Amino acid sequence: MLGIGILKGMAITAKNFFGSFVNKRLLPTLQYPEAGNSVTLFSRNIPFLVYDNDEDPLGTMRCVACKICEKECPPQCIYIVMEKDANGKPAKRPKVFDIDISVCMGCQICVEVCPFESIKMDSTFELSTPDRFEGLLLKREHLLKSNTYFHKIHPDEAQEVDDRLAAKQKKPAPTPSTPAA
Amino acid sequence: MNTETIAPREYQIYSGDDLRTNVLEISMGPQHPSTHGVFRMDVSLDGETVVKLKPVFGYLHRNHEKIAETTSYLGSMPYTDRLDYFCSMTNNWAYALAVEKMAGLAVPERAEYIRVIMAELTRLQNHASLVGFLTNDLGASGTPLLYAIREREHILDLFEWASGARMMCNYMRFGGVRNDLPSGWLAQCKKVVDDFPAFMDEFETLLTGNEIILSRCQNVGVLPRDLAINASITGPCLRASGVDYDIRKVDKYGVYDRFDFKVPLGSVGDCYDRFMIRLLEMRESVKILKQALATIPEGPVNDSKARNFRPKPAEAYGRIEGPKGELGFYLVSDGTPKPHRYHVRPPSFINLTVLEDMCLGQKIADAVIILGSIDIVLGEVDR
Repeated sequence: MLGIGILKGMAITAKNFFGSFVNKRLLPTLQYPEAGNSVTLFSRNIPFLVYDNDEDPLGTMRCVACKICEKECPPQCIYIVMEKDANGKPAKRPKVFDIDISVCMGCQICVEVCPFESIKMDSTFELSTPDRFEGLLLKREHLLKSNTYFHKIHPDEAQEVDDRLAAKQKKPAPTPSTPAA
Repeated sequence: MNTETIAPREYQIYSGDDLRTNVLEISMGPQHPSTHGVFRMDVSLDGETVVKLKPVFGYLHRNHEKIAETTSYLGSMPYTDRLDYFCSMTNNWAYALAVEKMAGLAVPERAEYIRVIMAELTRLQNHASLVGFLTNDLGASGTPLLYAIREREHILDLFEWASGARMMCNYMRFGGVRNDLPSGWLAQCKKVVDDFPAFMDEFETLLTGNEIILSRCQNVGVLPRDLAINASITGPCLRASGVDYDIRKVDKYGVYDRFDFKVPLGSVGDCYDRFMIRLLEMRESVKILKQALATIPEGPVNDSKARNFRPKPAEAYGRIEGPKGELGFYLVSDGTPKPHRYHVRPPSFINLTVLEDMCLGQKIADAVIILGSIDIVLGEVDR
């Protein structure tokens, strides 16, 4: 009979419509700002720089300004200048560390190539700003976040990193050399 | 009264044969909702019938190939996500396969299984949303599309859990995958895969017998078998025309030779065949997933030495059966860390070349369905 297929389909839509009042699986929509956000413990968005001691963020930042991430970043959104002490010797930390998050695509390659576990992925996503030039250019001060914060957003990964660093400190590891590229 | 003057008059009923009409040229797109992105069709219409159709694209050109020639091999991996943004996992795999072929890298067993699982999950969510979008083109106002998207969310959650991102996964690496699956992932994946056939049953009840779909899709946009082969159409479009060609069976890349699955074939090559092939392929993908999840071995997932390397001067073409067709990467190395030549063989782009042949003689409203049934993503067409 012509029209039986349509009626069958209507039965399905009716089932889904009325079912959505009782079955959560049929209506998984999350009302975003009111009902919280759906950021999970494994989502990645933009990078941040890790420091260890909450009292002294600049002194205990892990980054040594080796510039590997700057070189490997596919869209070239990282800009690093190494700090120099009074004698002009490199101080092994960045004076400037900028990430242009309007260019960053969150690919995590900087995290993978970093030999010092100093750059990690953040899961924050509410990044809108009225200033499209300065507001989207994150400076060193904006990017620095504590290891405690890292434990909060990605607990498993942070624990792994801590274990790896502890193992490295036990036996004085050879300084990681620059990759062949 | 003179009766001789009273006679029925002769009326001429206008037949319309000598009506002179011009061919109407319409520029459909690039901002047309039915063109699946920034795609334009220059259509010439005689009444409502298509007499000429010229696809115009390039609005989303992002210089992908040239950018890849100026970055390292690893650096192009995240860019491949952005080709066909519905299937980033399979794009990653095709590129990784090409580099592995060129550099002679071996892939651990577990990584091969993870790749198969990810690729089949990608196929499931791509086909489900394609069928949803196709019904949307038919005027179904999004209801089947939203059911498909609802199901797709569960698969995207799995992708996010494993790789950190829902769509731009960037998960495959040369010689494996980036990280091992988190604990509990496989159990959740099993649950999603087990639930999927229930969704497909519902979806098929909703759609396959629907008279509107039948009358609008059957015998519309027929792609003859010979033309499909000559125009090097691949993927579901080719199989809908009745050609038994699936790279998973022909090439047996990865570990596909270990799984038992069938290749569904169409007989007519019309829109309805292309639509049904997708539904049937989803069933086969679920079969593959069940086998892969049951037999996935333990072990390492990548080769940490393969991160930064300079391949010897060589060339390679790696191809996989993507959800849309044969996705291939052609690479030429000159011994430096950057590829000398990097070329993508995008299935969407090549499948689009027969759009005019399928649309000629059809109504303009059918051209929309025909375009929808090819399954294009403009990120891949324009690159």
